[in-house]
Amino acid sequence: MSTWLTPQEWTAVGISLKVAFTAMAASLLPGIAIAFVLERRRFWGRGALDVLVHLPLVLPPVVVGYLLLLGFGKRGPIGAFLAEYFGIVLSFRWTGAALACAIMGFPLLVRAIRLSLEAVDQKLEDAAGTLGAHPVWVFFAVTLPLILPGILAGMVLCFAKAMGEFGATITFVSNIPGETQTLPSAIYTFTQVPGGEGGALRLTLVSIIISVGALSASEWMARRVKRKLSPQ
Amino acid sequence: MNLEVDVNHRQGEFVLRARFQSDGRLTALFGRSGAGKTTLVNMIGGLIAPKEGRIVVNERVLFDAQQKISVPRHQRRIGYVFQEGRLFPHLNVRQNLLFGRWFTPRLRRVVAFEDVVSLLGIETLLHRIPVTLSGGEKQRVAIGRALLMDPEMLLMDEPLASLDDERKAEIYPYIERLRDDGRVPIVFVTHSVAEIARLATTIVVLENGRVIAAGAASDVLRDVTLFPAFGAGEAGVVLEARVEAHDEEFGLTVCRVRSGQLTVPRIKQPTGTVLRLRVRARDVIVSVEEPKGLSALNVLPGRIVAIEMGAASADIAVDCAGDPVVARLTRKSVHELALQPGLPVHLIIKSIAFEGDIASVPAPEI
Repeated sequence: MSTWLTPQEWTAVGISLKVAFTAMAASLLPGIAIAFVLERRRFWGRGALDVLVHLPLVLPPVVVGYLLLLGFGKRGPIGAFLAEYFGIVLSFRWTGAALACAIMGFPLLVRAIRLSLEAVDQKLEDAAGTLGAHPVWVFFAVTLPLILPGILAGMVLCFAKAMGEFGATITFVSNIPGETQTLPSAIYTFTQVPGGEGGALRLTLVSIIISVGALSASEWMARRVKRKLSPQ
Repeated sequence: MNLEVDVNHRQGEFVLRARFQSDGRLTALFGRSGAGKTTLVNMIGGLIAPKEGRIVVNERVLFDAQQKISVPRHQRRIGYVFQEGRLFPHLNVRQNLLFGRWFTPRLRRVVAFEDVVSLLGIETLLHRIPVTLSGGEKQRVAIGRALLMDPEMLLMDEPLASLDDERKAEIYPYIERLRDDGRVPIVFVTHSVAEIARLATTIVVLENGRVIAAGAASDVLRDVTLFPAFGAGEAGVVLEARVEAHDEEFGLTVCRVRSGQLTVPRIKQPTGTVLRLRVRARDVIVSVEEPKGLSALNVLPGRIVAIEMGAASADIAVDCAGDPVVARLTRKSVHELALQPGLPVHLIIKSIAFEGDIASVPAPEI
């Protein structure tokens, strides 16, 4: 197995998977919460929050990476605080790559969940309320199961985005083999050196396999959920 | 009183000022669409908060604007059967039925699951999921779901409106059983005269957001002045009658009303039962002489009390020994027969007119 990828390539694949899973897992709960408040609550500053969440979708990734460097870098206000009080350093670490990927994938996750929340018939939630369910229970017993397909779709989008993230990652955490060199950075490195075509091609193939795999897995799960809701 | 409502509300152009109280086992909120019936039940169920007023169910204040009381819907313990069922699509029938039970304290759980399931005849549906159910089955499950939370009161917002006549006929008996069982008072929204005649013990008539009549069903149904609220094709009165005899040979049943006998198609109730017979105005013929050689079996003597002229038709209110009956005739007939208040007349009603209408229902004791 290890014969068709070099150890360095395996490491890049491993880092990418680790970064993407971490980014997806870490954004899941905040994603659901923010999608819920944006869709269901009217509050001061809602418009601003909406813009903020969607900003990574329209900003050049390099700009997001640079802003992260400014904020979370060793001398940045948040970075310095985290390093001082919690000993957490994000810049030039794989965790920083996960943060960058999470932020880039976040709007996709939130949008997918919002769309499915919009499709939930709120009359069902009213009905659950009259049956004695506290609003928190209504969310967990009715709303959450009904938006599950949307959450799955959002997670896959977020994961795929994280697997492919390049600009923000390389700007924030650079391209250190064995620490922050993800699949795209490794492919980029291969294309910059003579004789790297083989490696670039192999990693491209791996990228395609992972993406197709993720997509089919989510399709399969979404179909299962849907079949449960409407068997016809 | 199990229900006291006194509310003022405004929603855009629509103004609702309703005040009534009821101790009936089944209180019908009756009126045309847009009269404010659904808004009222939504207020009782806690889905809408009135701008002003007070709502009390079984002596428990659920809403009082002055005292700033508004019990949240999940603490009201009021079962709500919605027009469209609103079953949870991701849960099967059993899970839907038990949904409210999770939130009912153990000590308050009185109704037995098996009893509700057999009362509603849904034993075979328990493992199905809502999308595979027919409209009638969905509504039965929705009723069961509301009952199993052991509610203080059951609200039903036109639960049969989306069903065809056959499905309706399938559900009426279950609602009647619930009403006669008497454990949970029911508030039932409807715009159908047939439904109030069949089901109601107390009737509240709403028109443009106001209560125009409220009281015991037998009184409200006899009130001829409420006629316009009942709508053109539906216009008619409801008479209380007692089953006197069954004619097995011809498949008929003879009932006694105040001014005589009415023969109707054979009904199941035993002799002595008190029924409600619905007489539609358009099914009544007026004769100024005692009719002879007629196929119609039902002839009631009476005296004209009022004549209300419409565009082409006229409604003749006749007092038949205390029973009000209304006949709808053409204005031409009124003119040719020289009908006028005070004139003694005979009313002719075809027995067949009672068929299919299920005009015959045990009048619930109040």
